[in-house]
Amino acid sequence: MSPASNPDDEIPGHPEALLPELPGHSSRGRLERVLRRGEFAVTAELNPPDSADPEEVYERAAVFEGWVDGINATDGSGANCHMSSVGICALLTRMGYAPIMQISCRDRNRIAIQGDVLGASAMGVANILCLTGDGVQAGDQPGAKPVFDFDCMSLLETVRSMRDESKFLSGRKLTTPPKVFLGAAINPFAPPYDFRPYRLMKKIAAGAQFVQSQYCFDVPMLKAYMDKVRDLGLDEKCFIMVGVGPLASARTAKWIRSNVPGIHIPDSVIARIEGAENQKKEGEKICIEIMQEVKEMPGVSGVHVMAYRQEELVAEIVEESGVLKGRHPWRKEARKDDAVVAERLVEILNEADALPESMEQLSESAGD
Amino acid sequence: MAAAKPAATNTAYKPEGVSGIHRARSRYTIRLWSVRNARLLEWFYARFADTLLGLHWFWQAVGYKRAERPVKAVEKFTKSILFDCRMCGQCALSSTGMSCPMNCPKSLRNGPCGGVRDNGNCEVEPDMPCVWVQAWRGSQRMKTGDKILNVQKPVDNSLRNTSSWLRVTAQAAADRDKAGTGA
Repeated sequence: MSPASNPDDEIPGHPEALLPELPGHSSRGRLERVLRRGEFAVTAELNPPDSADPEEVYERAAVFEGWVDGINATDGSGANCHMSSVGICALLTRMGYAPIMQISCRDRNRIAIQGDVLGASAMGVANILCLTGDGVQAGDQPGAKPVFDFDCMSLLETVRSMRDESKFLSGRKLTTPPKVFLGAAINPFAPPYDFRPYRLMKKIAAGAQFVQSQYCFDVPMLKAYMDKVRDLGLDEKCFIMVGVGPLASARTAKWIRSNVPGIHIPDSVIARIEGAENQKKEGEKICIEIMQEVKEMPGVSGVHVMAYRQEELVAEIVEESGVLKGRHPWRKEARKDDAVVAERLVEILNEADALPESMEQLSESAGD
Repeated sequence: MAAAKPAATNTAYKPEGVSGIHRARSRYTIRLWSVRNARLLEWFYARFADTLLGLHWFWQAVGYKRAERPVKAVEKFTKSILFDCRMCGQCALSSTGMSCPMNCPKSLRNGPCGGVRDNGNCEVEPDMPCVWVQAWRGSQRMKTGDKILNVQKPVDNSLRNTSSWLRVTAQAAADRDKAGTGA
């Protein structure tokens, strides 16, 4: 058995309970604690099932156990239909995982979204990631009506005012506000490059407390972005997590580059994978190298691993990259006091093994 | 963020104007001219807004409600030519480098999404230059260009198809009166 996770992150009572409130924290979740302690955080993206079976969600989450501090539940990523993020999050909280609920503005209007935020928070979701969302043309149902009632910025602002001012966008009061840690996405790899750091500044002004970036395959580009971000002092106001992921083959990489919006893959990366004997292994290696470089970059607080359809590799990638620095994220295991009870039980049982003798003595004395 | 399946193949034939976001190519030309001349348009609009405010007595005499229809018609006509205006009723052009954010297929009002193509074109409409890449350029030409850094409120859909000019004028007049009585 692996060493225990940080005892501070242990949930008192049942697994789906929330952590005790800490001063200065806006949520009662594990991800915020890890980041605020200054530890290098790791999150991963769960591939949502096209199924109504909860077991499929549990199985897909189990591969991350003990390796990540949060699990992203995507909201129809790439405009493809899957199990909803709010549903996945509800299932994950039941098992004690720390889900990061993604909300995209593409599919729901302000009425639906605010309702979902309350519902999710009631289910124990402590982290919400606000996204604009891919256009419907990218997905399997291009005939759908794009909603885009909010944009990610106004969504951030709305959820923040629900949390901090305890009211809806309309001003109507909430009896209990949703205590959530607010996130957003950044893409330093798309034009207009010089505007991107300012866009992060805007997102922070709108309420973002952590951000996860789009896939990073171009470290020099990220460096240039981070330099500007540090000049603006944004890394002190917000936890920045860099998105990484293994490319399965050169063919996939080319396909992603031309078909998935917003992913920048330099030619050199593709050439390197193409030249490798085992393309999958090489893709993994590149991912690990990028993680190691990113880990040392000032202002970066964590990585977000998106191993689409290669989720089983996440544990290996995280271990080999060494980004956890020997730390063990939470996993489902016996709590400290339960372990003490179990140990004592074993002791008692052992004593019971020694019992027959004394029983004999007892019966002998009784026979007298 | 994850990779997606291939998009459904479109047939070669696409009737004009079927999509709510479809635009004729010729329109971009004028829209891009407006962005290039954002500084000029900014200067002009500042004068124009003052004129409208100076006519506050007139709007009041006629009644803002009655003035709405003709003013809206003029506003729609001119702004449609210059900016491909969508008549959202809460114009943000001064904060968006004279590039109308309602032309963004995602109607983003706070900056470009992560899907902008390497050539600076739109993710949804590959032939259209990204509205926000243009907005960033336009704002750098403007005197008050850093207004692009302000976080815009979500669109109030109940104001669609109303005159933004008159609303701004009425608001400015109200602010002026308030300052006048306050002083």
